[in-house]
Amino acid sequence: MRVCLKGLLLLAVCLYGSSIGHAIDSPDEMLPDPVLEQKAQHIGQQLRCLVCQNESIEESSAPLAKDLRHIVRQQLQQGRSPKDITLWMTQRYGEFIRLQPRFSASTALLWLMPFLSLMIGFLLARPLWARRTSPPPAPLTVEERQKLNQFFNKD
Amino acid sequence: MRLTRRHYLAALPALGAAGLGGGFLYMLRHATQGTFDPKAVRNPRLGQAVPAFSPLPALPEQPTPCPGLSWQDFHTLTQPVLLLIWASWCLPCLEEIPFLRQHIAGETTTASPLALWGVCYKDTPSQAAHWLEQAHHPFSRLGMDYDGQCAIEWGVTGVPESFLILPHPLTGSRIVWHGTGSLTEALYREQIQPFLRGAL
Repeated sequence: MRVCLKGLLLLAVCLYGSSIGHAIDSPDEMLPDPVLEQKAQHIGQQLRCLVCQNESIEESSAPLAKDLRHIVRQQLQQGRSPKDITLWMTQRYGEFIRLQPRFSASTALLWLMPFLSLMIGFLLARPLWARRTSPPPAPLTVEERQKLNQFFNKD
Repeated sequence: MRLTRRHYLAALPALGAAGLGGGFLYMLRHATQGTFDPKAVRNPRLGQAVPAFSPLPALPEQPTPCPGLSWQDFHTLTQPVLLLIWASWCLPCLEEIPFLRQHIAGETTTASPLALWGVCYKDTPSQAAHWLEQAHHPFSRLGMDYDGQCAIEWGVTGVPESFLILPHPLTGSRIVWHGTGSLTEALYREQIQPFLRGAL
């Protein structure tokens, strides 16, 4: 039981660590200036690793991600702005490298999908709501009531 | 039987499943032929000029020397160039060799003069030389991209990748086609050859 608990604890620590950790493979990769390093991490977190495709280059340990991390830091040290660096990357790898692509004709569907699906859902649900809120049927007429009574009093 | 709205609605899931199945079948067939790659990234250099890159040195100490590669080489093109990014440690690069030897090398001497240029990505000279010797690769130019910086300029995400560059007397050379993964005969016939016919 103790071993099991220890294992669980270890797993939890690993999972927690992996969710916040960076794949910077060695501390040498980091810039000596903590402010610039934080800036670099922020830029890197917005850039997709082209090898893993669902991780940022800050998280990925693919060799290409490491090269791109290095370029981000190099350009920051040369005094280039985060915007320039992201543009430099986009020129080489396309809009796909941005984890948050710019709004354009080709990304419009991606950005508008939440609103579109909400609208489609609303349109689909409207007939159901209309049915629920429709007025109650008119009360029975005297004639109908008599007919009903005849049926029930048959036996 | 009269078809009601209920019938049409009941047919929807079946139609959806059929559509999905058709799509998967298409992807599977083209993936095995090498004409579909789900992880391919559309290269923004497509249709544009060749990106500037630092000159790549040749592989040293070769029995039959093959010149290196520079950005300027692409400005003075007289024939279409198929540029391959490869490495000795990459298995798909080995897979495409029989096809390249049979078709591209043969093509060079016949109707369509297509030059085969190579960029060796992140490799050591000894391993690259050994690989080239074993493979009899028909490169007429070969640049060594030791640190992988040239590949980044081209937007390469992995090896192998290939680019077709066509010379143009007025606008300069242009990248007209980009492929990821091994070159196959189907890929060559469907995607590269139409450009070559147009270029002649």
